[in-house]
Amino acid sequence: MSWARDKSWLIKVGLASCGIAAGGRKVYDAFSTQFGDRGLDVKLKQTGCMGMCYNEVLVEVSSPEKERIFYGKVTPEKVERIINEHIIGGKPVTEWVIPDEEINSFLAKQTRIVLRNCGIIDPESIDDYLAADGYQAIDKILRSMSPQEVISEVTNSGLRGRGGAGFPTGIKWGFARKSANRQKYIICNADEGDPGAFMDRSVLESDPHSVIEGILIAGYAVGASEGYIYVRAEYPLAIQRLEIAIAQSREAGFIGESILGYNFDFDIKIRQGAGAFVCGEETALIMSIEGRRGMPRFRPPFPAQSGLWGKPTTINNVETLANVPWIILHGADAYNTYGTEKSKGTKVFALAGKVARGGLIEVPMGITLREIVFNIGGGTSTGLEFKAIQIGGPSGGVIPASLADTRVDYESVTETGAIMGSGGLIVMDETSCMLDIAKFFLNFTQAESCGKCTFCRVGTLRMLEILQRITEGNGKEGDIELLEELAQNVKRASLCGLGQTAPNPVLTTVKYFRDEYEAHIYEKKCPAKKCPALITYEIIPEKCPGCGLCTKYCPTGAISGEKKKPYVIDNEKCIRCGLCMKVCRLDAVSVY
Amino acid sequence: MVIEASTREKPSFAVIDAIVHKHNVEAGAVIPVLQEIQETYGYVPPVAIQRIAENMNVPASEVFGIVTFYAQFRLQPLGKNLIKVCHGTACHLCGTETVAERLSQVTGAREGETSQDGMFTVERVACLGCCSLAPCIMVNGETYGRLTPEAIDKIVNEIRKKEAKEIPAPVG
Repeated sequence: MSWARDKSWLIKVGLASCGIAAGGRKVYDAFSTQFGDRGLDVKLKQTGCMGMCYNEVLVEVSSPEKERIFYGKVTPEKVERIINEHIIGGKPVTEWVIPDEEINSFLAKQTRIVLRNCGIIDPESIDDYLAADGYQAIDKILRSMSPQEVISEVTNSGLRGRGGAGFPTGIKWGFARKSANRQKYIICNADEGDPGAFMDRSVLESDPHSVIEGILIAGYAVGASEGYIYVRAEYPLAIQRLEIAIAQSREAGFIGESILGYNFDFDIKIRQGAGAFVCGEETALIMSIEGRRGMPRFRPPFPAQSGLWGKPTTINNVETLANVPWIILHGADAYNTYGTEKSKGTKVFALAGKVARGGLIEVPMGITLREIVFNIGGGTSTGLEFKAIQIGGPSGGVIPASLADTRVDYESVTETGAIMGSGGLIVMDETSCMLDIAKFFLNFTQAESCGKCTFCRVGTLRMLEILQRITEGNGKEGDIELLEELAQNVKRASLCGLGQTAPNPVLTTVKYFRDEYEAHIYEKKCPAKKCPALITYEIIPEKCPGCGLCTKYCPTGAISGEKKKPYVIDNEKCIRCGLCMKVCRLDAVSVY
Repeated sequence: MVIEASTREKPSFAVIDAIVHKHNVEAGAVIPVLQEIQETYGYVPPVAIQRIAENMNVPASEVFGIVTFYAQFRLQPLGKNLIKVCHGTACHLCGTETVAERLSQVTGAREGETSQDGMFTVERVACLGCCSLAPCIMVNGETYGRLTPEAIDKIVNEIRKKEAKEIPAPVG
């Protein structure tokens, strides 16, 4: 707890999933071995996601004078020089340091409330969380606030559900509070299933205690005594850190009976999701915890009246709950200074795709998409023109570059035809085919449809077949209209959010990129050069030195030629996988 | 996740019963039971479905329905190494297709298959959540990011080398 006052060097290595995937553990071990071997008095800590995922592995070096320097893309090989020159020599290795301007432009437009501790504290240390005002909010409400006052505070903050639908959290809690039943439940929805989204995973891996504290506060407010965290089995590290945090919290007396000596009992259990996207929908999630197939049911009754085991249940998303302790500690008025009239506070986004600086970001509501892509994200990673941004995952839509000044709040995003969703933001450049994206998401929702509603089960499949036909060069007049008609029917005739939003990616791409659909149908061309049936790969003889590397990778043996002479691709055999283009070091393969 | 040794173990009623009893204290335990069965054997053996149904007093058809509903459960044994290929949005945009193509060439298993030599099972997953490192795959629980076809060769070669060093595995 007292490290902040220590007079020694402090090294932090970002060890959330992406840091580890980039080799973070090896970097951490390299530091550890060096310090051990050389007997250096340096504090080495693991921390969670620092946000700048594009620079993983990230290492923060703080001098005894508290001067902080960030190194990006650190490898175990770089460790020795950092120790020698920076820690022993006192001079940072400037060529590996992330420049201040870069950090500033990445952070300038951000406001960190949910991510307040991410990348700062050790997620496996309750002492670190306590030192960062952790569990102060639960202490405050037990000491001085009635459940009704807690609900009013959260209602006044304007916090809305961050899972996507944006329902006001305080009002949701109020419904459950009013239900006259002695047994009530809180469920934390951590079944983050959107492909391209990692907000909840990062929060759970980097600051699990803040979510636990949020659950406790929700439990106190609605009068529940038991909580479940429903987390994807695909997130092993998040589960592991949650288990550690729950054990620590229990030992410290924040979970259990008579919490902090007050008349409040609460217990938290983890349930692992078994890989069904539809379980993000609350009634399906409840079915899954009850040990059944996760199929949504008709509402009402809403879970607030009859949820888990038929008891009143409040379901909140990870990000929503992580906001709560901050709101209690700093007050509703501090929170609602951020944001727009109807969307208060901040939103966490997972910025990815063809963006130069992808990562985990938190921005005040009301910021424009342009500011996110260019100020924070630094534009496209390829240097090619920014074409569109996909928001909200499979339930969301594609917003074109021409609407980049759209403000990020629930109402403005919905107006474009997309939805805010849980926070996936995928940047696309001119090489991204909009039909391919629509097909990609529809393929996903089609496979994940639970099959209960006919239009969601069969309608999405028919839509997918039409898209497949168009991208294979067999589109015909009337296909676009047919897609639109089917889309409306799927939306209307589906019970849950999955089916009601599944056509959004198709509808938004048709709305903003109709010309691209027409090019596929009438000219049999894919303008982004992505759809295999409509493109041809060719080796440019002038550029090909005949090294033969591409032949090693070609899966169908379609490339032939003599060493040191230009090779040729046999179009009959070529399956358009693009491996040759990817491995060629001289850009001798072109596509048209 | 290291499952290799246990995949060759024959499912036993004693082990299945112990798992059921461990979880069956609370309602709705079928899914946690199946998850632990799979962790033990690498898959859900058909014999376990029947046994769980009898022990927990639920129709076998319902247990089977749960197994087939959730993507996590498999009914076939795993190869020695499990490779999950991420098909998330970011990975899709950044070229998973080419990486996956190369992977199936060098492992001999297409997505959803186990290679003939039993060395690799390749699975397609919706998203590993490492979008900033796209395209990525997970090998035996460890994630590899920023992949290229060349990097795939390296990863697979390293596994093969490691396997060759160990005691020769029985075939099949």
